[in-house]
Amino acid sequence: MAEILVLVDHSEGSVKKVTFELLTLARSLGTPSAVWLGGGADAAALAQLAEYGAETVYVADSADLDDYLVAPKAEALASLIADKAPAAVLIASTAEGKEIAGRVAIKAESGIITDAVGVEADLTATQSVFGGSTVVKSKVTRGTPIITVRPNSTAPEAAPAAGTRSDVAVSVSDAAKGARVTGRTVAQRGGRPDLAEAAIVVSGGRGVGGAEGFGVVEALADTLGAAVGASRAATDAGWYPHQFQVGQTGKTVSPQLYIANGISGAIQHRAGMQTSKTIVVVNKDPEAPIFELADFGVVGDLFAVVPQLTEEISKRRG
Amino acid sequence: MKVAVCVKQVPDTWAEKRLKPEDSTLDRESAEGVLNELDEYAVEESLRLIEAHGGEVVVVSMGPERAGETIRKALSMGADAGVHVIDDALHGSDAIATSAALAKALAGRGFDLIIFGSESTDARMSVVPAMVAERLGLPQVTFAQKVEVGGSTVRIERQTEYGFDTVEAALPAVVSVVEKINEPRYPSFKGIMAAKKKPVETLAVADLGLEPAAVGLGAAWSGVADFAARPPKAAGTVVSDDGQGGVQIAEFLTEQKFI
Repeated sequence: MAEILVLVDHSEGSVKKVTFELLTLARSLGTPSAVWLGGGADAAALAQLAEYGAETVYVADSADLDDYLVAPKAEALASLIADKAPAAVLIASTAEGKEIAGRVAIKAESGIITDAVGVEADLTATQSVFGGSTVVKSKVTRGTPIITVRPNSTAPEAAPAAGTRSDVAVSVSDAAKGARVTGRTVAQRGGRPDLAEAAIVVSGGRGVGGAEGFGVVEALADTLGAAVGASRAATDAGWYPHQFQVGQTGKTVSPQLYIANGISGAIQHRAGMQTSKTIVVVNKDPEAPIFELADFGVVGDLFAVVPQLTEEISKRRG
Repeated sequence: MKVAVCVKQVPDTWAEKRLKPEDSTLDRESAEGVLNELDEYAVEESLRLIEAHGGEVVVVSMGPERAGETIRKALSMGADAGVHVIDDALHGSDAIATSAALAKALAGRGFDLIIFGSESTDARMSVVPAMVAERLGLPQVTFAQKVEVGGSTVRIERQTEYGFDTVEAALPAVVSVVEKINEPRYPSFKGIMAAKKKPVETLAVADLGLEPAAVGLGAAWSGVADFAARPPKAAGTVVSDDGQGGVQIAEFLTEQKFI
């Protein structure tokens, strides 16, 4: 079967869940090979990749891949594509993933499709565009299809394979060493999952009323093991950090469950969340357009409803 | 310092967008065209850098005739001159061809910084800045929430999932900025009047040294096979809180096996 390269999304030595989703998807297209760029590919990480079906794990371990932004990774991946001639390359649709994909597409003279939510056996990709209002099927018509896939598009399923490690020599050109990463600053992350890949997202908007109001949103999120999101009204007001903004100018999320609290549902916000599988809404305005998306909605004061919900979940879990 | 700021005209953020049945490209006529919101931050950042370091800001945009309005908007905010890449042959260009045309338009003009918004609100690919950097062989310092220039170096804070990375590059470099890096100014009346007199150069595909067949819909390396409106969602259950709203949601989440 044709080889499908899957770029491993990893951080601090741990493999992100989206990689297991991509490996699962790759198995329906051909034989998956994982590509690990940079340091940290230890036995435990390789075992995880094998568990989700990586037949081979190409490891390109060079400090240059970690110390310079994007360009060296694109070089390493493009050279592997030239060498292995895979049927397609799957990359997580993250900021960096898309930048790597864009540069690789030019180097490999190949078409690129970003933000796919599904890929069929003939490599037709499905995208959900314009805030989820339109479903588009596209196909790469030149070179090796370079497809970035949104987190939460495929349910990860284990299917153990060999996971044979194959070390790849890396030589990064000087031209690719233009942008050096000189520091990494990690803000308090509070043990919550990444917003983009979280299975559950609990978010707050204008109705939360202020930074301190996010306490009830965070408490519910933590009870569910969820990520916290915010509408633009809330991030613009400075109530919640901007990187947690969900919407047309923020992140697009597609979790199993999205709980919108005090969010009216302007198109700006809907564009970032309306493909969520199940949507729960709490808002005191019965006319709020977000109710059109709700699988279950409560018209009421979120400061009464949300804490009660949090308590009830804890109670039911005993 | 010479700064290029690349901007795109997009359908109004608040408008419902759709594809045209005849060629599966975005229907740009049915909605008002506006300066892509994230590019407003790029224009503002360019102006601030020039105010701090001296120099000029050139607005570069590729698009049909009405994209000229977007160039004027940036000029009215304070940019000095414009370059409009305009040619019917460009219609339907994918990101690959767009980056090729922009790279040709930008090359050889002595720009120290080329600044983009981190994505457009219509296509939302977020790949053109990286592609232009690739084509021009320049360092990319992208997704910046802060940009500082000192001597011949640019240093940015690159927004990450849980914080930021500090990234440094020698000039010239390609920058993209995220929302919230600054508060874009509104054009003043004086600025709007002054913009009418500022020079805007137009470049056709031939002026860029590209073959018309190398750009546009026909040359795209990927194509839309089919598209459809998303089927409307079945109406859900909405209840008024009678003091048991939270419990009712918990009941729903239990039914759906989330609890």
